[in-house]
Amino acid sequence: MNDNAVVRDLYQEVILDHSRNPRNRRAMAGCSHVARSENPSCGDEVSVFLEMNDRGVIGDIAFAGRSCAIATAAASLMTEVLVGKTPAQARTLFDGFRAIATGGVEAPLDGMEVELERLTSLSGLRDYPARVTCAMLAWHAMLAALQSPKEPGV
Amino acid sequence: MHRPAYDVETVRADFPILDRPVRGRPLVYLDTAASAQKPSQVIDAERSFYAEDYANIHRGLYFLSQRASECYDAARRKVQDFLHARHPHEIVFTRSATEGINLVAASFGEAFLREGDEVVITGLEHHSNIVPWQLLRQKKGIVLKVAPVDDRGEVPLDGFTKLLGPRTKLAALAHVSNALGTVLPVMDMIRVAHRAGAKVLIDGSQSIVHLGADVQALDCDFFVFSGHKLYGPTGIGVLYGKEELLDAMPPYQGGGDMIAGVTFEKTTFAPLPAKFEAGTPAIAQAVALGAAIDFLTRLGLDRVHAHETALLDYATSRLSEVKSLAIVGTAAHKASVISFVMEGVHPHDIAHVLDSRGIAVRAGHHCAQPVMARFGIPATARASFGLYTTAGEVDALVEGLEKVEALFLR
Repeated sequence: MNDNAVVRDLYQEVILDHSRNPRNRRAMAGCSHVARSENPSCGDEVSVFLEMNDRGVIGDIAFAGRSCAIATAAASLMTEVLVGKTPAQARTLFDGFRAIATGGVEAPLDGMEVELERLTSLSGLRDYPARVTCAMLAWHAMLAALQSPKEPGV
Repeated sequence: MHRPAYDVETVRADFPILDRPVRGRPLVYLDTAASAQKPSQVIDAERSFYAEDYANIHRGLYFLSQRASECYDAARRKVQDFLHARHPHEIVFTRSATEGINLVAASFGEAFLREGDEVVITGLEHHSNIVPWQLLRQKKGIVLKVAPVDDRGEVPLDGFTKLLGPRTKLAALAHVSNALGTVLPVMDMIRVAHRAGAKVLIDGSQSIVHLGADVQALDCDFFVFSGHKLYGPTGIGVLYGKEELLDAMPPYQGGGDMIAGVTFEKTTFAPLPAKFEAGTPAIAQAVALGAAIDFLTRLGLDRVHAHETALLDYATSRLSEVKSLAIVGTAAHKASVISFVMEGVHPHDIAHVLDSRGIAVRAGHHCAQPVMARFGIPATARASFGLYTTAGEVDALVEGLEKVEALFLR
């Protein structure tokens, strides 16, 4: 059936699984970095919490908020791939994921092929530009959190 | 006069876009409250005006300019008749209902509102009937009061009446809520507002297409609507204002067409309605709006309304079969708009799955975030029905929503 094909293109099993059972959906009190992102078109909001460890990589990451299935699944997948990454790697993955979601030019992978491969489950988004904002919601919060004044050790 | 029964299939044949497949299925367009699709009569009117009658208006002494001016003036008289206004010069063409409200806020606000004066709106307003008053508040220090909304999405008259006082200068009220479909008791609201000495602006963007409008029977002081929601073109709207008020108000924008004479020392302004129509207006869109009014008048607004009411009742009952669904806004008197949420499914995801089946519904806050806040939700999905909507399309919606449940709620 045509409709099922179109829907499954985006709402793949992995996406449905992450939206029904999101990983790392919890508020993290006292973490080193936190920021919130909002989608003004629907009022969705996602906060991202980061704990940088003493090796300068993301030791723990979580998200909380109110969001649609796509935004929730994207946030959940994001937290899985960012654990153990440096801020620079997180920014590279941000660019890589945005390229996947928009069908844009792929960024250099820098040895993170496995992580980006995980994120390609959201590549169906490229046919729905209106939903790219949903998928990027947590990623934007993550970038903002990295730049938040609460740098590690401060 | 004998009129044949309302035949929705015949009506649909006038709308070319309804034949367009979407994602491999017939289009099911349930977003008429956001913008209505256009009948051939409107599309052809705009095209033939450009092809046969076009020039700028009110300037040239040549044949085509006169012809275009006649067409533009005729469109104004059609709007006058449709609104039952006393005079054609009480009809001001604008870009949209939004521009009409901004015009009143700027011009009426300039002439009649002082610091501490009050403007009353309701909790059901579209952002376009909130933000212009907030901008005026910043500029002039007016006080904005908001009539409360009850759990059914109605605005009880006593809650509104309580807000009226000696400093209330204006009430600006939606006739129908775009987010919930509630029909407000504007006749009573206008009466009590007038008794308090306030003027009343009615935002008819959502109501005119279902209920028509009789500005003299309503006795409203201003009435605004957008052409594109009335099966007409984008880029054209209407502000009706009582003659004595419009006469007493300063111009909104300066430019050509709105002056009587200009020197560098002093400019005198043109009489109504030109005073409020600076620059070359949306001439072809005004003409095509006239064609939309002709189209609706020929169909009969009463018959359109009966068709839409039957659909609203049918859809309300069919949607109640969808277990996880709750309708937001259950007013006793509603226009054919149904806002709903589904337990455990975000409105964006609802709209997305419906779109995959060729069904167009709106998902979001509908430019009415305070309404969403009143009901403690960020967004809803909204299906709205027009004169071309069929019961079969309502069935397709319900089938699509069952698909949504199957996908997200197993």
